[in-house]
Amino acid sequence: MDVIVCMKQIPDLQQIRIKDREPILDNVPLVWGDLDKNAIEEASKIKEAVEDVKVTVVALGSDKIEQGILEPLAMGADEAVLLTDPAFAGSDSMGTAKVLAKAIEKTGSYDLVILGEGSTDNYSGVVASALAELLNLPMISYVRELEVQDGKVKAVRNMEESFEVMEADLPALVTVAQEINEPRLPKFMAIRKAGAKPRHEWGPDDLGLAADEVGQNALSVETLSNLAPEQDRKNIILKGNLAEQIDALVDALTKEGVLGR
Amino acid sequence: MSEILIYSDNDGTALELVSAGKEFAEELGATVSAALLGDGAAGKADDYFSYGADKLYVSEHPALGDFYVGTFAAALQQIVESGDVEFLLIGSTKRGKELAGRVAQKLNAGAITDANAMRVRDGNLEADRYSYGGNTMASQVVTTPKKVISVMPKTFELGPSEAKQGEVVNVDLDLEDPPVKVVERRDKAGDEVNLEEAEVLICVGRGVQSQEDLAMIEELAGLLGAEIGCTKTPASDWEWFSEERMVGLSGKKCKPSLYISVGISGQIQHTVGIVDSKIIVTINKDENAPMFNFTDYGIVGDYADVVPELNQKLKSL
Repeated sequence: MDVIVCMKQIPDLQQIRIKDREPILDNVPLVWGDLDKNAIEEASKIKEAVEDVKVTVVALGSDKIEQGILEPLAMGADEAVLLTDPAFAGSDSMGTAKVLAKAIEKTGSYDLVILGEGSTDNYSGVVASALAELLNLPMISYVRELEVQDGKVKAVRNMEESFEVMEADLPALVTVAQEINEPRLPKFMAIRKAGAKPRHEWGPDDLGLAADEVGQNALSVETLSNLAPEQDRKNIILKGNLAEQIDALVDALTKEGVLGR
Repeated sequence: MSEILIYSDNDGTALELVSAGKEFAEELGATVSAALLGDGAAGKADDYFSYGADKLYVSEHPALGDFYVGTFAAALQQIVESGDVEFLLIGSTKRGKELAGRVAQKLNAGAITDANAMRVRDGNLEADRYSYGGNTMASQVVTTPKKVISVMPKTFELGPSEAKQGEVVNVDLDLEDPPVKVVERRDKAGDEVNLEEAEVLICVGRGVQSQEDLAMIEELAGLLGAEIGCTKTPASDWEWFSEERMVGLSGKKCKPSLYISVGISGQIQHTVGIVDSKIIVTINKDENAPMFNFTDYGIVGDYADVVPELNQKLKSL
């Protein structure tokens, strides 16, 4: 059985600083999204539970991905497809889905495609849905428990009002929620071995895509501005011993008119 | 004349969008329609007309019994392509959000999800959504001929309603049985809380060490008339709370008069849910917690000391 995991490098959100409301991305390292790690972890668990599973990571990112790709390979992936061509940079969600679909088709065989339920940076959730449509796959989103058996996938997904237990025949696509597992930290030896696993780098030509069909040249959504919301807070840290702090707090809240409504 | 089509699996959210869509339609010189899909769809028509829908597309096709994203996307695609729909606005519930990308792909359209504000701009609809994990707010427009935008529940208020009739189109959809079956539905414990409406909100984070400590927080909530919410960990990982009480990027967006954070570090994924609060109070023992940057009044201290003391004081008032 062939399991495909899609991953995308994103800027480390903890390290983004804001200056004059502009996000500063220079020197911010690229990392895997948290949910991407849940996706690769789940694929590795399937590989451990089911016989004869091959896990392929299809990863989007910059040329700096070379080091980063060792992590999913060490976590259990057998092979990696790197989509690092500069032509792919700046793709929006629909563009990303198109590139992923072509790459997954080119791998030749896919029984189960796993993604995080959203990217950790934008959380738009569009890529997985568009990808399922392009590959014409049944889709189960927001999965917190997953079972693969006898050509079927059974999943529990987390909805607003209920947990839904859903079933589909393979091939299928699922998106996983953060609570589905605890991604493993790869051991040193596994990282060393990961360096020897096969990797392919595919650009637009390999995927049969023209330059004007990808990246910045094929945007369906235009971003007009992207600034930090303005913050206007008093930032008062109350001083004194605990009793004094509490008195000052209750005083302040009373004056603000937010107590005793 | 172009058309704004509304769909949500949550009728309340759909009616908010109908109300807002009516205003946008006036500015754009468009009309507002809505899709009513699934069992009992026809019976909802009066409500949708009363909030301003000009036209309703109704189908109770058997394949629309349980929500399956691919089937509902096919239904919406057929409705959009049968008329002059330019904008498809979908309620950004979990189902709505997965639907947006799928129907957009069917329509060769761009999609924006989780919009939390929207306005008319140069004959298009401009939407705001959080970006970079909530660090920034992106203002975006879809540039394809058909445009799909999913809009967060409660982004718009329900407008006035008046008895009104309009055109009902019983659409004849060509749909296959869903390839994904719902084999069981486990209802979550009935937690009928509405954090978005709370005037006072207390949220707890992973700094709260034990479930027993919730007692003092519940006492504080009682004294303040507050609702209790939480960050992701206490809901998803510890399951102390239903997800109805999760506040932030993947939870509720609240705008109380008074918000108190207890043991919350202040990651952006949570703070986007509370930045519109009038007054923000933070209780955290780590003076470097980013939460203090979002704070009006902060106490650096262990909640286990601060909260009981605050409760005593409030009782004495």
